[in-house]
Amino acid sequence: MKPTLLIANAICKHFGGVKALSDVSLTIRKGEIYGLIGPNGAGKTTFFNVLTGLYHPNGGELLFDGYKMRASAPHLAAQSGIARTFQNIRLFGNMTALENVMVGRHVRTQAGVVGAVLRDPRTRREEAGIHRRAEELLHYVGVADRANDLARHLSYGDQRRLEIARALATDPKLLALDEPAAGMNASETAELRVLIEGIRNDGITVLLIEHDVKLVMGLCDRVAVLDYGVKICEDVPAVVQKNPKVIEAYLGGSVA
Amino acid sequence: MMTLTLDTLKQDKRAAIAATVGVGVLLAVFPFIVGSTLGNSWLRILDFALLYIMLALGLNIVVGFAGLLDMGYIAFYAVGAYLYALLASPHFGLHVPVWVILPAGALLAGMAGALLGAPTLRLRGDYLAIVTLGFGEIVRIFMNNLNAPVNITNGPQGISSIDPIHMGGITLAKPLSVAGFTLPSLHAYYYLFLALALLIIFVSIRLEDSRIGRAWVAIREDEIAAKACGINTRNIKLLAFTMGASFGGVAGGLFAGFQGFVSPESFNLMESVMVLCMVVLGGMGNIPGVILGGVMLTVLPEFFRHSAGPVQQAIFGKILLDPEALRMLLFGLALVAVMLYRPAGLWPSTIRRREFNGEAGNAVKGGK
Repeated sequence: MKPTLLIANAICKHFGGVKALSDVSLTIRKGEIYGLIGPNGAGKTTFFNVLTGLYHPNGGELLFDGYKMRASAPHLAAQSGIARTFQNIRLFGNMTALENVMVGRHVRTQAGVVGAVLRDPRTRREEAGIHRRAEELLHYVGVADRANDLARHLSYGDQRRLEIARALATDPKLLALDEPAAGMNASETAELRVLIEGIRNDGITVLLIEHDVKLVMGLCDRVAVLDYGVKICEDVPAVVQKNPKVIEAYLGGSVA
Repeated sequence: MMTLTLDTLKQDKRAAIAATVGVGVLLAVFPFIVGSTLGNSWLRILDFALLYIMLALGLNIVVGFAGLLDMGYIAFYAVGAYLYALLASPHFGLHVPVWVILPAGALLAGMAGALLGAPTLRLRGDYLAIVTLGFGEIVRIFMNNLNAPVNITNGPQGISSIDPIHMGGITLAKPLSVAGFTLPSLHAYYYLFLALALLIIFVSIRLEDSRIGRAWVAIREDEIAAKACGINTRNIKLLAFTMGASFGGVAGGLFAGFQGFVSPESFNLMESVMVLCMVVLGGMGNIPGVILGGVMLTVLPEFFRHSAGPVQQAIFGKILLDPEALRMLLFGLALVAVMLYRPAGLWPSTIRRREFNGEAGNAVKGGK
């Protein structure tokens, strides 16, 4: 069995009286594509936000790569190697595609004000490295020809890809994608699938929230299903598909 | 057309050097042209324009780059000015040299910037504007009231007879003799302010195109995404406040030495609004635009002030409207017109302009 990368242990998150997540535990292994599915409002994005430090969980703990994660510090989550994309794309609209990816390198570089003003050889080298890596990543996701266009002027599919490139720029161990195929047509989804598989083959673990069940079942090594903030199933796709609880969650309860 | 010429300069090294030399010579002889044709009052305005450029560039870091609306920026100008006034005037009998005061002013204003930034980290937009506006007023009211029980700032009377800027045996208050050539005081101040303005422009340009500059813009564009990219938004925002404020502190010190007198009245809300207008009107986040905004908003109101009276006299035979009131009216109209017809500012950033040029712009950028 592959070594584990992430252990979520009894994560709870409440919003007032709403229990968005109750005791959700899951284990993600290194090098796998892990799917997180569930009906609308099941708590998938909430789990993402807890994982990436945007939300402070009410209970439970996260062990990432052997270390306990400090809550509510998104930049520390990025530093420890968790990168994410957003369900509603969040690019830096008035920056070029290239600059967007360059921002992603922020966490792996350290030039400060003095370096920026003096441009000493070390800063220049670092800056050249940022530039090179950003261009590589734009090629990798296939939006290199739009490198100097403003992010907000890219097509929807390109924006999704650009967001993935920006996330990859942080050198993540775990890439968390929040509904990357939302709003894509069949051919775009197929291309996305190739991209995600490529990312996994490069050794990056992928956590995928997706509504497109066909994509999830075809792509993921293991899948967890959330319903009303509770994990109802975690297994390989073939088993999950046949699980009566999952079918009930998706098709509605007490089907005659 | 402007795009064309600027981009040509970027590509052609020789043209760029020629242009730099040309601009340099123009800036060097400019005070003599202004002094001999328009007189000393315009030379003073020119000196003030340079101070306002420094202020506008400082505020541009906070508002233009990091997108944090700061309505109390003049407070940092006040901090720099009062530090100079207190450390180099008969008020306390201290006469600290200027090369100590200016860096100290930058440092103290930077600390004031961090002090303002720290409690406002979670605020954005309108809410941040209200808090910073309050901060600006607090600083002014402090200066106004710190004359009792211990007289520190001399209250509303302000501090006068401040030492002129001097270094070693050279003082800028009297005409300078350089190699048998006499340089009037206003000219000397011009060169000093120009040198510091150029330094601040240089620092701004370097910061803009750096890891820190990109982080500022990322926060402006989307704070949550910036956090997810691993940017420590707390530190980077505080850095923006500190850097911006320190520019203001330097400008404030120069102002005190130049003017010889400071009082709380010089640092009212209108001044903050004016500097903000320079940034917004010129083109938020674009350094040449902000410089243009600084020059225009210093020179135009003075132009209106000087011409409103004589023009009315010539047309109507008498002065119908008070020139001072008319000045603000025209200024307001100009603001409305710019916001209607050039909402991104008079000189928006290259990227935004490139959007309008489409393919041609891309080719240029690719060729760089």
